[in-house]
Amino acid sequence: MTTIADPKAPRPPRARPSRLTTRGNTELYGWVFMRASGALLIVLIFGHLFMNLVSGEGIKSIDFGFVAGKWASPLWQVWDLLMLWLAMIHGTNGMRTIVNDYASKDSTRLVLKGLLYFAFVIVVVLGTLVIFTFDPCPTDAPLDLLPSFCTA
Amino acid sequence: MSAAPTAPASPPARKKAPVGTLYRGREGMWSWVAHRVTGVAIFFFLLVHVLDTSLVRVSPEAYNEVIGTYKNPVMGLGEAGLVAAIVFHAFNGIRLILVDFWAKGPKYQRVMLWVVIGLFVVTMAGFLPRHLMHVFGGE
Repeated sequence: MTTIADPKAPRPPRARPSRLTTRGNTELYGWVFMRASGALLIVLIFGHLFMNLVSGEGIKSIDFGFVAGKWASPLWQVWDLLMLWLAMIHGTNGMRTIVNDYASKDSTRLVLKGLLYFAFVIVVVLGTLVIFTFDPCPTDAPLDLLPSFCTA
Repeated sequence: MSAAPTAPASPPARKKAPVGTLYRGREGMWSWVAHRVTGVAIFFFLLVHVLDTSLVRVSPEAYNEVIGTYKNPVMGLGEAGLVAAIVFHAFNGIRLILVDFWAKGPKYQRVMLWVVIGLFVVTMAGFLPRHLMHVFGGE
């Protein structure tokens, strides 16, 4: 508005596009993050797909006992946690870019991005809580559904 | 036919709804479109996948029942499609990184897309038979 011009601004703000702001390097960091997280996600997700869909009986062998067996190891806890966070940030940032590209009305963009960030928070918080509060041997469950180490 | 001296098309920078087409077409555009489409598909699956996995916190029965639906043939084909989307997105993502950071990347972007497609075919040829055997295989 009518404040002193930002010394970093390359030229005085034009009248028309009020949302063409250049505040800091956020978009640059986002761009770098997409590439760095993408490279890491290739390893994490290919490993995940191999463990869950290829090795053993593949999808057929996935059940509560399978998940409990995996999360008994801190390696897979950290693996899944990292995968959850990186994939959600990577995916949400990608969706944000797409919304910015195709939703030309300000209100549409606001609503879509509001929903997007809401979904981000719900999924990341829920997923993180599940990984950290998971109980592999719930006492009221039938033993044959639980991993073998619960029998003791 | 080849040797068009054009750089890969970048997303349109105009404000209003695009009239006609601003795209250059060809490999640069189509890989960009496919990267977006697969990315969106993977994102929505990820939302659902975290929710279904969260059922381990409800009860073993609830989780097993829902994960059981992932084992029927229709979902099995869906998983094949999902893996295909992930594999393309992953390999094309590497191509994208090379285009951005490797000095000769932009020059070879078109060749690299064909490498991506080749690697995609090889990976899927390794994955599909095994997965389809798990899904449709005798029991």
